Amino acid sequence: MIIEVTDLRREFVVRRRAGRLRRTRDVVAAVDGVTFGIAPGECVGYIGANGAGKSTTIKMLTGILVPTSGTVRVCGLEPVRERTTLARRIGVVFGQRSQLWWDLPLRDSFRLLGAIHRLPVSMWQPRLDECVQLLEMEPFLDTPVRQLSLGQRMRGEVTAALLHSPELLVLDEPTIGLDLLSKERLRAFLVRERAERGTTVLLTTHDLPDIERLCDRILVVDHGRVAFDGDLPGLVARVGAERVLVVDLAEPGPPLTDVPGTTLRAVEADGLRQHLAFRKEDTTAAAVVAAVSARVELRDLAVHEPAIEDVVRRLYLE
Amino acid sequence: MSVIAVGPAAAIAGAGYRRWATYRQAAIAGVFVNTVFGVIKLSILLGIADSAGGTVAGYDAASLSTYAWVSQGLIAVVMIFIWTELSDRVRTGDIAVDLARPVDLQLSWLAADIGRAAWAMLSRAVVPIVFGAIFFGFHWPTDPTAIVLLPVSILLAVCVSFACRFMVNLTAFWLTEVRGLVLLYVLVSGVLGGHLVPVQLFPDWLQAAAYVTPFPAMIQFPINLVTGQATGLRAVAEVAAQVAWAAGLLLLGRLVLSRATRKLVVQGG
Amino acid sequence: MQAYHALVRSRVAAQASYRASFGIELGTQVLLVLIEFVEVYVVFHQVDSLGGFDFAEVAVMYGLSAVGFGMADMVVGHVDRLPFYVRTGTFDAFLLRPLSALGQLVTSDFSLRRLGRIGSGVVVLVIALAAADIDWTPARALLVLVTPVAGGIIFGAVFVATCTIGFHVVEGMEFANALTYGGNYLSSFPFTIFGTFIRRFFTFVVPAAFVAYLPTLALLGRSDPAGLPTWLSWSALPVSLLAAAAAWWIWRLGLRHYVGAGS
Repeated sequence: MIIEVTDLRREFVVRRRAGRLRRTRDVVAAVDGVTFGIAPGECVGYIGANGAGKSTTIKMLTGILVPTSGTVRVCGLEPVRERTTLARRIGVVFGQRSQLWWDLPLRDSFRLLGAIHRLPVSMWQPRLDECVQLLEMEPFLDTPVRQLSLGQRMRGEVTAALLHSPELLVLDEPTIGLDLLSKERLRAFLVRERAERGTTVLLTTHDLPDIERLCDRILVVDHGRVAFDGDLPGLVARVGAERVLVVDLAEPGPPLTDVPGTTLRAVEADGLRQHLAFRKEDTTAAAVVAAVSARVELRDLAVHEPAIEDVVRRLYLE
Repeated sequence: MSVIAVGPAAAIAGAGYRRWATYRQAAIAGVFVNTVFGVIKLSILLGIADSAGGTVAGYDAASLSTYAWVSQGLIAVVMIFIWTELSDRVRTGDIAVDLARPVDLQLSWLAADIGRAAWAMLSRAVVPIVFGAIFFGFHWPTDPTAIVLLPVSILLAVCVSFACRFMVNLTAFWLTEVRGLVLLYVLVSGVLGGHLVPVQLFPDWLQAAAYVTPFPAMIQFPINLVTGQATGLRAVAEVAAQVAWAAGLLLLGRLVLSRATRKLVVQGG
Repeated sequence: MQAYHALVRSRVAAQASYRASFGIELGTQVLLVLIEFVEVYVVFHQVDSLGGFDFAEVAVMYGLSAVGFGMADMVVGHVDRLPFYVRTGTFDAFLLRPLSALGQLVTSDFSLRRLGRIGSGVVVLVIALAAADIDWTPARALLVLVTPVAGGIIFGAVFVATCTIGFHVVEGMEFANALTYGGNYLSSFPFTIFGTFIRRFFTFVVPAAFVAYLPTLALLGRSDPAGLPTWLSWSALPVSLLAAAAAWWIWRLGLRHYVGAGS
């Protein structure tokens, strides 16, 4: 097992004002007894609503935070105590914080990291060249990091995390704020990375398509506990998550209540816009669009994926 | 030039007061630092007095203590630290928002600064002075003229300091990096203003140089009223000088501001 | 080690590239030392001795303190950015790298402009040493070279120890100034002018006395009026190493608190 977590708990003391002068101390358990194991080569998605305890768990896995109780072993090491040893064997990407040097050109960040990881140039240069080519970073290698767009920076962050060829790659919300093209490019890169090197990947995200594309296994965490541990079809089946097709008709039409495999959720503007919900195992978006076009003239459409919050909420409603 | 009504000015000053009042921990830390520096400064001055036989330039031990503690208390009020709020806004371009507001830029910033100074008076000046009075001795002012003029003098000192800082910050319109200039201003104004050592102790040529600048009006003059170095007619004269400096520098500041805004409009900053 | 070297080199390169403003900052640092020296000058305009020491002798203390503090400020002075790094997540980035967090904090910047302060401090020191009444021996010559280094280490230790306040109390960083800048201020003057509490605190708790005052006593061949033994005046270097060890220990405590308490 490359990650072993047993009965992990992490408490925080929160001081709040109670009235004008007094303050109370509350003990909040951000992580409340989490147990799981991840084998080498797996790709695991770690999902949950905001505040569910994802980032706290990641911090405990990477040595930034010490557990209140329970054990955690990553690559066989204790993250906090053996921090520097562990840092050589894992790569971490935080979506909202940067590990690059803000005012230096991107290229220099890589060079510094090579020096920090004590890698000979002959080792990290080819690695860097490969990433640069696959992620198309050549045009902005000499731009200072602070001037990069989010998509460009994330490509740099992922490369930085992989420069020393770690066994385990941990990503905390890597696609947040990215446009569709950038997300897809990042996902394709990670898929290839796994296929070629067998790198274990642990990924926290709000984006279900990230999971679909990358992960064989999902851990759903809610209120600090693991609510589900299995694969995506299993999760969807258990929860019955729905996708919603929003159609804009050419002119107001009657409610589309008879499209097979769908349930009409909402009608707006006298039938000009309608929301049709359907489940993955019942039908596909393409089939629904075809069925709708057979009935009325379509002007525009959009597909809304089930939100993580919905999935998680449904998990608890049963 | 717009007429500033009392209402908005008071509101801005009040907001300035509240903003600074939230930084409680910082205030406590600031008081601690002030006190430590006060002890060091006073020790040096008492060392001088000791070697000089007890008094120096009209200061005895009690009035030296008064000088040390009032000056330490005053530096937060008059803001003898690095202050770049205005130049920061110029650099980021946010100044355009301020210029678009229907209040006079200079006077609204002045009102805010007075609010800040009022809070500093309570949070940073009172404690060092009380501490000094208890442990080191203090000369309480006795001259009626000086006592009456003291609050006026402090207010004017804040105005003079603001007017100078205002102009120094405005150089951000022309210079890319103001930090060095601001630091230089803080040092020179502090030394010549009598923050480190009373101006009365300077050699004659340095005293002359100091009085040519507005800096003693920021620090030394209010202190003189407390220590008794300025009483009666001299007190009135020094306060009058403060009025002149405040008015003159504020007017000069408006001139600089108008040139700056013209540059902004014409060149796009 | 090579990694730290690379980190520092990148900071220096970044600063040196801003030619014009660097020049201004350098100049300001030079002036800083000279302007603060005005205080010493004014003192001796009024009297011939301060605490039993004459102008040249106090100037030696001022010079030693300026050079020592300048070196510490250049290498370590920016550790007070710790609360900023914690807030922005940069400190977590430090923890994710296979290097010591303190090492990365220290090498996160290198204030090249402090060379100005060091330079003018050296000038004041050299002139003062020439003017003062010193009975030169090889030991004393060595002491003059060693003392600023020891002073740098002492102030460096104070910088590091006080920055750990940033782990516990974010707004409390100003407390640190009382010991760092306060320490620099008072170490420029003879300790004979200070009261007992200040003297003892800044000798045994924050060893500012070893930056300039005690070494100057050794250079002049005088004994401490407060009764400290003569050998102590020669002990700036070992004391500085002790201070560094204490600072390291305080840092470890702070780091453990950060990782344990979370943010």
